Amino acid sequence: MIRFEGLAKRFGERRVLEDFSLTIPEGQTTVLMGYSGTGKSVVLKHIVGLLEPDAGRVEVDGLVVHELDYDELMQLRGRIGYVFQFAALFDSLTVTENVSLGLRRQRLDREVIAERVAESLRLVELSDAGDRMPAELSGGMRKRVGIARAIALRPRYILYDEPTTGLDPVTTAAMNDLMIRARRELGATSVVVTHDLSSAFTVADRIAFLDQGRVRQAGTAREIRASADPLIREFIAGFLDHESGGHA
Amino acid sequence: MSAVEPAPSGWLHEALVVSGRWVLEARRALADVRTWRPLLLPQMRRLGVDSIPVALFIAVFTGMVLALLSSYMFTRAIPLYFVGTLVTKAVMLELGPVLTGMALAGRVGANVAAELGTMRVTEQVDALETLAISPHAYLVTPRVLAATLMFPVVTALAITVGVISGWLTAVNLLDLSTSEFLRGAQQFYKFKDIWFGLVKSASFGTAVATMGCFQGLQARGGAEGVGKATRYSVVLGCQAILVLDAFWALVLL
Repeated sequence: MIRFEGLAKRFGERRVLEDFSLTIPEGQTTVLMGYSGTGKSVVLKHIVGLLEPDAGRVEVDGLVVHELDYDELMQLRGRIGYVFQFAALFDSLTVTENVSLGLRRQRLDREVIAERVAESLRLVELSDAGDRMPAELSGGMRKRVGIARAIALRPRYILYDEPTTGLDPVTTAAMNDLMIRARRELGATSVVVTHDLSSAFTVADRIAFLDQGRVRQAGTAREIRASADPLIREFIAGFLDHESGGHA
Repeated sequence: MSAVEPAPSGWLHEALVVSGRWVLEARRALADVRTWRPLLLPQMRRLGVDSIPVALFIAVFTGMVLALLSSYMFTRAIPLYFVGTLVTKAVMLELGPVLTGMALAGRVGANVAAELGTMRVTEQVDALETLAISPHAYLVTPRVLAATLMFPVVTALAITVGVISGWLTAVNLLDLSTSEFLRGAQQFYKFKDIWFGLVKSASFGTAVATMGCFQGLQARGGAEGVGKATRYSVVLGCQAILVLDAFWALVLL
């Protein structure tokens, strides 16, 4: 379980998170949703210790992340898969090398690594792209390799940062399907940061709506859809207008 | 509402915190041999072997100009065979290590800063960390070790070529024979002349690569940030070479 308690973070004079509290339940997909700049990605980075909070705490499996020593933090990161917004693939490595890098770190046998890589690439339907370089892949393919790299570790948690941003509707649907399959087949607890409402309602068990660095409302997808909060209604209405305009 | 501590201010405090963190990370990364060892040889090739042409190009012209300049300065009061002394001493002690260092500060420093800076702004460094791989062990240590080991090798080659170039210039363009050039070269030769330059160049390699890695990993804000990191890396690398040059002259001579 992941638990945020009174988390605060600012960059210079800009307050990004302020008294952010939320519990991510085990085995479910929780979507962090909200307008751009409300601190959604910053929340994810605190979970893996890429950022340290100015105040408050993040607990993962009962461990306070910013109080862990180096070795404990490395062990924790081994249990978390992180899918970056722009995939963050290593330019100088092939797809196979990208996916296997974290596994090699875990001192697994060569055969086990090869098996895991093949299985992960099969799950994201990129079995024949192993020898290609990231520069030769499309945006959607890069994101799928990013997911393969994360799930190859067989993580307990998978964090997705804007997994569908910039993708066409068909690829977005494929990504949604992939996130659902990854959770179902691996049983991992997932946290998805997005402002793509259709994606959120497709993959989420629970949704937390962020505003000004705080959780404005958290609940099931159905509860958020039926929310009476004017800001959330405006967000949903704006998205639906945009969607219908796009299809007109 | 929870109280938020004010962000620590002051460049000195920040510099001390960052330096302390780097020393700690460097110690930890050096012990992580499994991560950096496979990357050391490729980096030695990239940062060292691939830099040999530019270093030799500079050395050829340095040796040539030194020979011509010394013959211009040594009028009748000083015997012409001192051209050999000046060329070998100047190339081995100063111009070989420093000019090679400067050239490599541009080539290696910029290369490292741009590469790591791009990795930083495209979140590849964050990705390494989330895979439980230390960027210091994976990126910094192999580059710094490779530069420390390879700068002296490149400098040794540059010194050799510089001296040969000076000798060929003296023999072909000045009224000097090979034996006279060698007489001048041997006149004040000390074994220290060789290792002094190589020790200096090793320290230049450490400084240039560390500066490149540091600036690259500190890069923020896209292409502009990478450009800034690259520029600072080259400028600070060159400055570090000049400061170290003076330091070694004070300590070892």
